[in-house]
Parts: sequence; C-alpha cells; structure tokens
Amino acid sequence: MSKRIDVKDLNVYYGNFRAVEGVSINIEARSVTAFIGPSGCGKSTFLRTLNRMHEVIPGAHVEGHVLLDGDDLYGPGVDPVAVRTHVGMVFQRPNPFPTMSIRDNVLAGVKLNGKKLSRSDTDGVVESSLRGANLWNEVKDRLDKPGSGLSGGQQQRLCIARAIAVKPDVILMDEPCSALDPISTLAVEDLINELKEQYTVVIVTHNMQQAARVSDKTAFFNIAGTGKPGKLIEYADTTAIFNNPKEKATEDYVSGRFG
Amino acid sequence: MTKAADETAHASPKGPDVTSTETKTSEHSGGARKLSSREGAAGDKVFSGTALSAGILILVVLVAVAAFLVLQAFPAFVAPQSQIADGKGFWAYIVPLIVGTVIAAVISLVVATPISLGVALFISHYAPRRLAQILGYIIDLLAAIPSVIFGAWGISFLAPALVPGYAWLASSLGWIPIFGGPASATGKTLLTVSIVLAVMVIPIITSVCREIFLQTPKLHEEAALALGATRWEMIRMAVLPFARPGIISAVMLGLGRALGETMAVALVLSSGPLIASLIQSGNQTIAADIALNFPEASGLSLNQLIAAGLVLFVFTLAVNIVARWIISRHKEFSGAN
Repeated sequence: MSKRIDVKDLNVYYGNFRAVEGVSINIEARSVTAFIGPSGCGKSTFLRTLNRMHEVIPGAHVEGHVLLDGDDLYGPGVDPVAVRTHVGMVFQRPNPFPTMSIRDNVLAGVKLNGKKLSRSDTDGVVESSLRGANLWNEVKDRLDKPGSGLSGGQQQRLCIARAIAVKPDVILMDEPCSALDPISTLAVEDLINELKEQYTVVIVTHNMQQAARVSDKTAFFNIAGTGKPGKLIEYADTTAIFNNPKEKATEDYVSGRFG
Repeated sequence: MTKAADETAHASPKGPDVTSTETKTSEHSGGARKLSSREGAAGDKVFSGTALSAGILILVVLVAVAAFLVLQAFPAFVAPQSQIADGKGFWAYIVPLIVGTVIAAVISLVVATPISLGVALFISHYAPRRLAQILGYIIDLLAAIPSVIFGAWGISFLAPALVPGYAWLASSLGWIPIFGGPASATGKTLLTVSIVLAVMVIPIITSVCREIFLQTPKLHEEAALALGATRWEMIRMAVLPFARPGIISAVMLGLGRALGETMAVALVLSSGPLIASLIQSGNQTIAADIALNFPEASGLSLNQLIAAGLVLFVFTLAVNIVARWIISRHKEFSGAN
C-alpha cells in the first residue's frame, strides 16, 4: 500500500558535521517526487534518511521527524530494519547479488522475514515482481541464471523487482539511471511511471530532463558553499519548478546557468 | 631480462613535460614521435621480463623439489619391503602416519574454522573501529609466534590442564572409540596436538578471512540492508557468499600449516602406533616422524623418510587441487563476470 511522507525540520549529521539543514517536505502517496540539485547538496543524504539507510555510515544521525502516514520513523522503539521493509531502495549502480540466480535475487527480501513459502507462492511472487519491473519477458526462460549476467539496464530493473517483491509502501531511487544507456534509461523511466500507480516513488536525479519527464513534484536542493549544510530551496509542481520557479537559485540551476 | 634492463639504462628523459619516472622512449625514436615507438615501452619490457622470470622461477623450484623427493624416495619404493621400517614395508609404515596426520589436521580445522570466522566477522562487521584495530593487531601478533613456542606452551601448560578433562571423557564417553580409556596421565595425546594446531591456524584463517570480509562491496551490503535485512542476514546474504572462495582458500592455508606442522607436534605428542583413542598416548604425524628420526637416519631409512615427505607433498598438493576445484565449481555465480 502506498503511503505519504511528511518530513518536519530534519537535520542530518555526519558526526559533528551538519550535512542537511532544516528540511520540511510533504510527499503525496502515489506520486513521483524528484530531488534535483548540484553534487554534494545533500539530496542523496536526505533520501537515505527516509529509510534510515544513512545510519549504515558510522556517526550519522538525524534530528527531526519523518512521518510515514503519521508514524514517526525516528520514534522511540522503531527498528530501522522494519523501516526498510516498508521503504525500499534502488541504488545508483545496479547491485543484484552476484552469487544468486535471477529468481533468488527477486526473492532475497521476501525470504528474509523467515516466512516459509511454497514453491507456487514464490513462483507467483517472482513472476508478478518481474512483470512489475517490465523484465519478465526478457528473463522468464533463464530465471536460474546469475543476475550478474544481465545487461546494466536489466540488472537495474531486477533490483527494482527485488525492491517491489517485499511490497513496500515507498520506493526510493538514488540516481537509478546514471549508470545506464539512454534506451535502458527510457525503460526505467517508463517503469517509474507505472510504479506510481501503486507506490510512492522518490527519485534523486542529476538529469533535469528526467526529473521533468517522470516526476509530479520536484524539490530543488542547494548548498551555500563547501562545508555548509545543504538546504531545500524550493519544492513545487514539476512544471512550476521548470517553467516558473519562485527562487532565483532554482531558476539559475534549471536554466543551466550554474551547477 | 638483461636486454630490457639495458634499455632502461640507456634511455634518458627527453623533455620537461614527461611526468613518468619510467624510461620514456625506446632506441628507435629520434626527434619526432613515430608510430613504432611508444613512451614507457622499455618499462613494459622490464616488467613483463620480471614477471615472466618470477613465474618461471616458481615452476623451477617446484620441479626441483619434486624431482629431489622422487629421486631420493625411489629406493624406498623399489627396495625389498622386508628391509624397510623393521621389516613392515613402506606402506605399513606410512599409512598410520597419514591417518594420524589427517586426524590431527581435520580436528584442528573443525575447532579453528568456526572460531576464526566468528572472530573475523566480529572484527570486520561488529566491533567498533578502535577495538577492531586492536584485535587485528593481536591476531597478527599471534600469527607471528614461532611454532616451537606453541609446542612449549602445549607441553608445559595445555597438556597437564587437559588431563582432568580427558579422565572425564574416558569415564563418561569411553564407549565412543575415540574417547576410549585409560586416558593419558600426561595429556600428551593427539587431541592435545590438534588443539595446539587449532590455536596455531586460528590467526592465519582469521586474518585472511578478515581481509576478505572487509572487501565485500558496500553496494551489496547496502542492497541487503535496504531490503530489511538485519546485520546477520546481511552477512549471510552479501558477505559470506562473496567471501566463500576466500574462506575456502583461508581454510586450505590453515590445513597446509596443520598438515606440515612439525615442531609443535614433535614436542607435544607422546607418539606411538596408530590407535583409535585420541586421549591416550600414541599416533604420529608424517612431519613429526621425519623430524624425530632424521638425525639418526642413513641409507635406506633416510630414503624411507624422504618418501614419507613425498607422500606429504603429494597429499598437500591434492588437497589444494580439490580446493581449487571447489572454488571454480561456482564460477558462474562468483560475480567475476
């Protein structure tokens, strides 16, 4: 089930260094939201706080609240492992598990919860997830071959299939197309458009055309200078951000005058 | 080798714009750059020459050792078997030693492998960074202890300390042949040897495994965590499959050490003929038997000991080949493609 995300006054730290400052943003369910901004502005860092993946880095912590349909992800007693089963993630470089077959890659997250599934159940999950990722027709005859044998674009869609197999509420994508060729990129963008029927999708991208093509709303992040924290500058409908931005910095960035 | 070195010596830097410290041009180039000459070509030749000769050297050493063993062992195989090992014949002499060696090595690996993997995982994925560093140093230090020290420790501390345990094993589990009594009163048994060997191979397996665990791609660890894996599930999903060939290599390294270990076994074990019980004195390993008997050996008995060495050599080689085969069996899924 798709859920909305409400972030209130979030600060992100790496040790004592404040990487992102004072972000408040409301992300609608069943929508695609794009984060754009120059490198190092904290958009990936912020994205990773939405499923508590930033905590993997020692010393990283946050102040503030992230509400998933009203439940605070940083509330007392909340298990980051449980958070990640609700908020899935797709990374910059395709990362299927190299030692697993295509089928096992899709099932990797499903098997984690210790559930014993029958063969017909798992077959169903594999097929529906791969169909959901527009990959079924390409791989249905070689499900037992290693996932690392696929092309880069196929691997990325396999990672998306793996993420949706656990039926998350939200899917985060951290520059999912930056390692892909234009045709694979189009395939993934088409997929993102279909995913928003069922999921809340948040995508970080360096490609402004991509943000314009796939997203309903766009958030522009910027950084005042090296060593300063990144901030959310403007958040609005994608058409407004690209055609009629309110902030000067946004206009400069989307028109290519800097960044 | 010499030719390439000559070229290095003759070539000289041509201009201020060259940044490489290697030689810049080959002897063909005059002023203008030609298609046939390439900067750094001499360095390439030096490198390939060095690499080739190093590779050849290894083969030469291996062949020389094997040839020495075979030549020197040959008389023990062809001589009348009644003249060897007090008339028992070579195979009657060597088989108990092989069995003793294998038992000691296998027990030591069974003990050492889980401990080593646990310690390596703790260092690489659980311990805080500072503690991990300290532990890493300690493990490396442990690996540097000479085997004679382990032997001395085994004979003066471990063996007496294990005596009550052996007595208990003999009285309560004595119906299992390997714990058959009466237990040794000195503790100088094959089981003690195996434990000493385990302590010796733990640092080797641990430090190799730790290095491999640390090399697990962040990408795959994060993939597992992002699916909602706990740390242990992440280790099972991303770290262990990635490290599998490395773990096998590490265990084989440990096995090599355990099979060939001489000093510690010779010191600790009160040797004797092959017996099933691990807690009585008796049994012997190939390496320790060679070391103990070598000083007084001459003529055919010397050939016999070298033949025993040849058997150990072949056995270790076979173990390594099997390990390679196990590693290569899953090549398709190794992620190397």
